[in-house]
Amino acid sequence: MRPEIRTRKPRRQVRDSSGMRALVFLAGGVLMTGLFLPVVALLWRTLSTTGGSTPGLMSDSVVSAVSLSLSTTMISTLIVILLGTPLAYAFARYRFPLKGPLNVAIELPIVMPPVVAGLALLMTFGRRGLLGAPLSAMGLSLPFSPAAVVIAQVFVSAPFYIRAAQAQFEATPRELEQAASIDGAGPWRVFWSVTLPLGQRGLLAGLLLSWARAVGEFGATILFAGNLQGRTQTMPLLVYGALESDLSSALWTGLLLIAIAALALALVYLLAHAFDPEAEDAGSQASPS
Amino acid sequence: MRRRLDLRMSSVTAFVLALSTCLGLAACTLGPTTDGPAEHEVTVFAASSLTNAFTQMAQSYETHAPNVKVVTNFAASSQLATQLIEGAAADVYASADQEQMAQADSAGRIASQPVIFATNHLVVIVPASNPGGVEQISDLAKPGLKLVLAAPGVPVRVYTNRALAALDSRGSYGAHFARRVYANLASEEQNVRQVSAKVALGEADAGIVYTSDVTPDIAGQVRQIEIPDWANPLAKYPIALVADAPHSSVGQDFIQFVLSSQGQAILAQWGFGHAP
Repeated sequence: MRPEIRTRKPRRQVRDSSGMRALVFLAGGVLMTGLFLPVVALLWRTLSTTGGSTPGLMSDSVVSAVSLSLSTTMISTLIVILLGTPLAYAFARYRFPLKGPLNVAIELPIVMPPVVAGLALLMTFGRRGLLGAPLSAMGLSLPFSPAAVVIAQVFVSAPFYIRAAQAQFEATPRELEQAASIDGAGPWRVFWSVTLPLGQRGLLAGLLLSWARAVGEFGATILFAGNLQGRTQTMPLLVYGALESDLSSALWTGLLLIAIAALALALVYLLAHAFDPEAEDAGSQASPS
Repeated sequence: MRRRLDLRMSSVTAFVLALSTCLGLAACTLGPTTDGPAEHEVTVFAASSLTNAFTQMAQSYETHAPNVKVVTNFAASSQLATQLIEGAAADVYASADQEQMAQADSAGRIASQPVIFATNHLVVIVPASNPGGVEQISDLAKPGLKLVLAAPGVPVRVYTNRALAALDSRGSYGAHFARRVYANLASEEQNVRQVSAKVALGEADAGIVYTSDVTPDIAGQVRQIEIPDWANPLAKYPIALVADAPHSSVGQDFIQFVLSSQGQAILAQWGFGHAP
């Protein structure tokens, strides 16, 4: 740190502002470094270990983990859209018993430790779980299956989408819906033609966050779905498993996961800030939804 | 700088104060000198299969050397070797096979000649309810069976591969016995105790673990199916001092304790064989 040069300004509306500024930047800088240095270190170690060549990226285990991660998150995201959208709509528009507590409890999967989520899922869908007997009567056995991977992903990622969609539905101008309704559109038509198109950016942003969380899911998956290449070994599980046997694969997969996360984050930011027609129309004062 | 505490404290300030108080209390309880003259701390990295035996070993050693506190870290030997190679600080490394000990040694992380301190054997375990109907070794190849093994590289898996190869080569279990068994793999767990847990929970139809993993905790929940002696490899557990050990003399003393008759009795009690 360079010593801060203190310039005493004639008007002292806020006392000691330069000292505070220095302290704020020092503390902020320490945390910022702590947040970014590990990413830089991962990149450095990957390039120095593998010499920039990418055999680790092309190994069988990495290819099957990437394709499993993509296919399972596609399914889990689809489930989140199909079941999460009505739930978000209900929270935004309807009154029902216990709405307040449920509205808070819906975020529990976000804050609960994922490994506990996995244990809970095992106690629910496992062979001796709550639903184990009826499931096996139907010939279904979920643990150690790709379906278990999807269930774990839905469990931990759905709240991200539900929250975003709910906020979007709450922000939709009711006058536009009422206008469509007066023009003779039924409730379904109003939803499909007015509410959904108006909210699509917010919904998409929520969906991206939810998908990114699903891609990164580890704790619940390894406990509930197990770990087998090509069947339940998703990218995060590969990183953990390959660490002791195939460092190059672990490093490349780790970088790939960071890239996916960064991409999702950038898209969410763009959806909220860039090419926002409303913001442009309303001028500089418009704030992103 | 000493100011009167503002009674209308903001909630953030209150939260930070509460956290600091908790931290202070935690520091007191976690601190080295609370309830005794524990002057030295010895860190022992031990294979998952040693969890019960070495937990008791640590307690007995603390009684034997009252000024020492033993800190244990249990994981797959392969994971421990990786941690050591990446520079984790430890005093003693107890591995479930000689291969992982050699890995750590070749990376310059071992400071003393490894000594075999225990032996073990493999056994097939199935849930007590036996949902997969596994009555004998050949049933491991039953199509659709949910078999759980440790991940490749974990010592118990290396021994398991050796056993399956031996069973396969005898030919009495049908063609491609080993391949048919591997086709039943439902999951490759990170260490042997995850395998026994999945079987005890009843989620897996069968698993292959060490005989010592059938601890009193899970003995009532699983059934054991013996692997014939001629195919059952002898697992040898080496122990050694770690390079740059923070407390090498205490570490050496702990190793001596493990090899002593008292230490060997603890291992025998938990189902391990004597050092050869």
